[in-house]
Amino acid sequence: MSNTLPVQRKISTKPRPSDVAFRGIVTSFGFINLAILTLIGAFLLFRGFEVFRVEGFSFLTDQRWELTEESGVSSGNIGIGAMLVGTLLAALVALIVALPVSVLTALMLNFYAPIWIRNFFVTVIDLMAAFPSILFGLWGFFVLMPSAEYWAMLLNRYLGWFPVFQVDQPFFTRSPFIAGLVLAIMIIPIITSVSREVFSQAPLDRIQAAYSLGANKWSMIKAVVLPFGANGVVGGAMLGLGRAFGETVAVYTVLNLVYSINLQVLFGAGGNVASHIVTRWGEAGEYEVKALLAAGFVLFLLTLLVNFMADWVVKRTVRKGR
Amino acid sequence: METSDTAKKTTPNSLASVATARSQKKPGTAPLGSGLEARKIHAWFGKHLALKDVSLDFSSGTVTALIGPSGCGKSTFIRTLNRMHEFIPSAAFAGEVLLDNEDIYGSGVDVTKIRLQIGMVFQKPNPFPSMSIGENVLSGIKLAQLNIPKSEQNDLVEDCLIRAGLWSEVKDRLDAHGGSLSGGQQQRLCIARSLAVKPKVLLMDEPCSALDPGSTLRIEETISQLSSSMTIIIVTHNMQQAARVSDYTAFFLSDGGPGEVIEVGPTSQIFTKPRDQRTENYVSGRFG
Repeated sequence: MSNTLPVQRKISTKPRPSDVAFRGIVTSFGFINLAILTLIGAFLLFRGFEVFRVEGFSFLTDQRWELTEESGVSSGNIGIGAMLVGTLLAALVALIVALPVSVLTALMLNFYAPIWIRNFFVTVIDLMAAFPSILFGLWGFFVLMPSAEYWAMLLNRYLGWFPVFQVDQPFFTRSPFIAGLVLAIMIIPIITSVSREVFSQAPLDRIQAAYSLGANKWSMIKAVVLPFGANGVVGGAMLGLGRAFGETVAVYTVLNLVYSINLQVLFGAGGNVASHIVTRWGEAGEYEVKALLAAGFVLFLLTLLVNFMADWVVKRTVRKGR
Repeated sequence: METSDTAKKTTPNSLASVATARSQKKPGTAPLGSGLEARKIHAWFGKHLALKDVSLDFSSGTVTALIGPSGCGKSTFIRTLNRMHEFIPSAAFAGEVLLDNEDIYGSGVDVTKIRLQIGMVFQKPNPFPSMSIGENVLSGIKLAQLNIPKSEQNDLVEDCLIRAGLWSEVKDRLDAHGGSLSGGQQQRLCIARSLAVKPKVLLMDEPCSALDPGSTLRIEETISQLSSSMTIIIVTHNMQQAARVSDYTAFFLSDGGPGEVIEVGPTSQIFTKPRDQRTENYVSGRFG
């Protein structure tokens, strides 16, 4: 028996002209997305580079944003430490509030609601996703905030022993907690809609297998639907988180921007990179504009990082439930 | 060799009494599981009547094969027997299914308890991919929120896998994922899974249709062994299989309208001297 294997052949096909043309069209349009993303990132980096060079790493950690510009010479101490922490904090609050609400809503719509309620809710939720964010902001300011301040006070009074709910002074207005609630309302539709979609694809044969083993609805959902949909829910959560990071107007309306790191979610002082950029934009001099673009670049990287993390999480869990 | 392994375990029906009842061929006696009676079953999908006036008795400890061409309502019928029929939107039902003389469609019946007593194996193997082999076997215990002590769980896994004829192939990798098994092994895992909740009746909807002949043979052996302790109803397109594994055979047919039972009787009689011409045509391969 000979053990020399034949040379592996190159397998190819001769595509038809129409296929070549279509392939060219979809490829070029597909790459437009990548090109735009790269150009924006490159622009921000290019314009902000001087600031990164001057400020160094302290641009990320410095809490102050103090800057004087006289006859083109700028001096001062600038950094987005407080703004970055504030962004993460409010987004985290939003995610913690929105995730359970969204997953439970999606389960209700898919497995418990009659069909007409499901259809109606899906329309409403899609509408919510497309709702202009300034309206969420205004509503948050006028309607939600007075109640949310009271909830914050209760949380502080009864759960204040828990470090997260401590405050140094009883000042609850325009806190990261309230900004987080407004963001939560904004990202609930996104997470709900993605979760509902993946839950509805849970394989029928496994669902039936669970029922045939004496499962009730809840134990079936636990054993089949949640493991199957987990990575989709994570993906939806990351989409929501991305929006929470970048949201500007709604946060600007309900958050008290303070240039000092505050980890007390209930205390009325927070930070937000996007809102910060908007606030300073109008009166910024040449160097400050560069600094704001640099801040934008950091936000850009943060969003990319979250997306890569989401991808990683999904890839790690993908084999388990499918 | 599996039987000797099984004999060491104590199962709810004392195996000795089951074996005696079986060897003396006394179907209908308690050790052989519980019988099931279907009375005047009708089934609809929307306005379409799929099944008309089917009444069949399944004595305890017997294997009954349901045969007939595609679309004759066999699968619909078997799914009415453990109330899986009602999962299809627009499905409707009339008639009675009696388990131990109690109507499983009665008001106030907890359907999850019914399905624990009437297990089901599906056409396509469907183990839970997020669970290991061992967890798959125990999945029914968890799903039905039955509590059994940790110490008994390992014994139960082993017992069920032995009875499903899979133990020797997986005993060294119970932690592997269920999806890592071959199709035939997955199907036997599904059988083991349904045995773990100790059903009295096992429904099998074309359990071998997606499997190769070797796996089919293993599953038929499994069915023969299981029939010593439970009532089995199997839908099959394979007439040799029906002849090999079953004690009784029911022939279903639809002449364009709803499916009906044409003839039912001992398997040997259905295959050698059927009373109805249509049965004879089908079993002799003249149509279907």
